[in-house]
Amino acid sequence: MTLHVENLTVHHGAIQALTNVSFDVKEGELTAVIGSNGAGKSTLLRTLSGLKSASNGTASWKGHNLLHGKAESHVRHGVAHVSEGKSVIPELTVEENLDLGALWRRNKNESASTKREVFDLFPRLEERRKQNTETLSGGERQMLAIGRALMSKPELLLLDEPSLGLAPLLVKQIFEAIVNVTKQYGLSVVLVEQNAMGALAIANSGIVLNLGTIATTGSAQELISNPAVRAAYLGY
Amino acid sequence: MFQLLNTLLIGITSGAIYALMALSIVLVWRSTRVINFAQAGQALTSTFIGFQTLKYVDSFWVALAVAMIAGAAISALIEITLMRVLLKHSSSGAIAGVAPIIATLGLLEVIQATITLIWGGADSLITPPLSNTGFTIGTNTLVFSPMKLAIIAIVGILLVLLSLIVQKTSIGLSLRAAAFSPELARLAGVRVDAVRTAGWALSGATGAVAGLLLVANGNGAFSTASMEFSLLLISGFIAAVIGGLESLLGAVIGGLALGIITSFVLMYISDSLFFIAPFVILLLVLFIRPQGILGKKGGRRA
Repeated sequence: MTLHVENLTVHHGAIQALTNVSFDVKEGELTAVIGSNGAGKSTLLRTLSGLKSASNGTASWKGHNLLHGKAESHVRHGVAHVSEGKSVIPELTVEENLDLGALWRRNKNESASTKREVFDLFPRLEERRKQNTETLSGGERQMLAIGRALMSKPELLLLDEPSLGLAPLLVKQIFEAIVNVTKQYGLSVVLVEQNAMGALAIANSGIVLNLGTIATTGSAQELISNPAVRAAYLGY
Repeated sequence: MFQLLNTLLIGITSGAIYALMALSIVLVWRSTRVINFAQAGQALTSTFIGFQTLKYVDSFWVALAVAMIAGAAISALIEITLMRVLLKHSSSGAIAGVAPIIATLGLLEVIQATITLIWGGADSLITPPLSNTGFTIGTNTLVFSPMKLAIIAIVGILLVLLSLIVQKTSIGLSLRAAAFSPELARLAGVRVDAVRTAGWALSGATGAVAGLLLVANGNGAFSTASMEFSLLLISGFIAAVIGGLESLLGAVIGGLALGIITSFVLMYISDSLFFIAPFVILLLVLFIRPQGILGKKGGRRA
């Protein structure tokens, strides 16, 4: 087990956003977290990446305690978080957004070759490298957000709603890109999605969150064929 | 014609000094979204440290370097000990966003009292390193002197240096990212707290230059009660706002515009307007173009 979460409880002020959440993600596996709005999906990722503090429980990545220290130190332990809503900085250029993700890395040659890989993965970003990020489309921004995360050479990728607000064709492209990078880098991925079907289709396993607790877990295939899950989240 | 040239050159020189103060204010604003009123006090402290250095070393330029380092250190210290805590404590509620700014007003008083304790309230004197006797054209002598020329050159060099740091270096990229989106900067691995401290340090060093050049531009006399230092803060603030508060270039344009306009008002209208002119300019800008000269409507600049 590489990502280990046990009895995780998180509060937003007086409201309990997550209650006793426990799960594991194996190395190289993609776990989809599905559930309706307000189920605590984003809170889960924000807690794991160090943006939000937990009230109780444990969470660790390969032995590194994720509940202690700031987001910037988790990045140095291989954890990258693409937060909800095109996590890019519009005032910077495309290339600056990418460079930002690798600033902390000491070896500049390695950073340059990672950038080369990101450009190969998303050629559109290379065409627009000098452009202001404001000028990018929604899909391009999402590619940039994922690219920025890859620049830190992550082992664990936390993705929050990458398909949000994208046209169906782009959603397909983004999901394909996620599968590609997962395989190419052997990443472990936690993918939070409203688009439950799309997420489960590319995932190894799935977690259904409901009002801050885990309702069901299982392999992606099991969840897709589970009648209760289908009725509640897959819409058929 | 001769008077016109004189007025313009005087305006550019004082405008260059306002521009430095504006740069200093913009750097702090971009780092922590705080308007730091204590900056006048910090610049004065750095100037006194320069003054103290001159007692041991007979070089204005060495004193300037020492003052810059001291100014950077003081500014960084204020950010670490005061601002970081205040910003954390006032992140929500009615006091949010206001507490740190009011705190800088209090800090300004504390700094001025401390300076008076150490150096006393009487005038101190720093001899300008270059002649303040104006250049001559034919039989006419300008007010514009080698010292004033040097001031403009120094401000130009600093602007270029700061722009290079902010636009071309890693620390500059971190500064911009942390200013626009601290959360995303953290997720990208930027140590946002350290970057903010660096922004304050750059601001402190810039403010120190503004202080010493302000003294060198006059007759060299200054004290805690110097009206010039209070005016420096106000002019720097006005220049920063005119420039859009985000942009380094905007701050310099704002400073120069303010200096030149004030100089013309004094020469051609009335010198009794000296204290009012900057405020009238500020009000006009806020009425006509509230986002500043280089600021974008509703947007932010990198």
